[in-house]
Amino acid sequence: MSPGLSVGLDVVDVRDIEASIARFGARYLSRIYTRAEVDYAMSARDRATAARRLAARFAAKEATIKALGASERGISLRQIEVARRDDGAIVLALSGAAFAAAREAGEPTLAVSVSHEGHLAAAVVICTWVKP
Amino acid sequence: MNPTDQIRAILKEHARLAVDVATLSDDSDLYEAGMTSHASVNVMLALEGTFDVEFPDRMLRRGVFGSLASIRAAILELTQGATTEAAQ
Repeated sequence: MSPGLSVGLDVVDVRDIEASIARFGARYLSRIYTRAEVDYAMSARDRATAARRLAARFAAKEATIKALGASERGISLRQIEVARRDDGAIVLALSGAAFAAAREAGEPTLAVSVSHEGHLAAAVVICTWVKP
Repeated sequence: MNPTDQIRAILKEHARLAVDVATLSDDSDLYEAGMTSHASVNVMLALEGTFDVEFPDRMLRRGVFGSLASIRAAILELTQGATTEAAQ
């Protein structure tokens, strides 16, 4: 058995998210985020909080691609969803090419954590696997 | 304005480069020039609007948006595909 470990980290400026929404609107949201992600973000009490939630999710998606070493796999960011469990914890749900990339990486266990402070949002993804 | 100039204009407006886009060669690495992953999304959306194309998932690769030359090749592929479909 061959254990493996990789990590991905990404930082996003929340103001860039706000600017993209203002410039590209629904087209930006629908190309990057799943319906559930947008619904959760937009349920925030104000636009600033919504932008922070989206920024953290964008960072998590990019961190996942880095952890999987899959930047050339042709992955839509919608194929990496930051889902919320009933207890409030967040988990990654992969589909399509993102799921395939993970499967080829040895069906890893993925752990994600996000944070934001001021105008910055960050995410780290840890990827562990055991190959036979 | 030819496609290369249109792409340069989009990069100037959306790529958030740390250098003047006019100083970049066709093969200069846009990420090394300061383009973030999020800025590359804006570049993609602006390209789609300008050239009336849509990047399929298979083209959502870092390398496709890595240089002016690679972007131009992708746009050429997408617009030629549209022309071929229209002619059929």
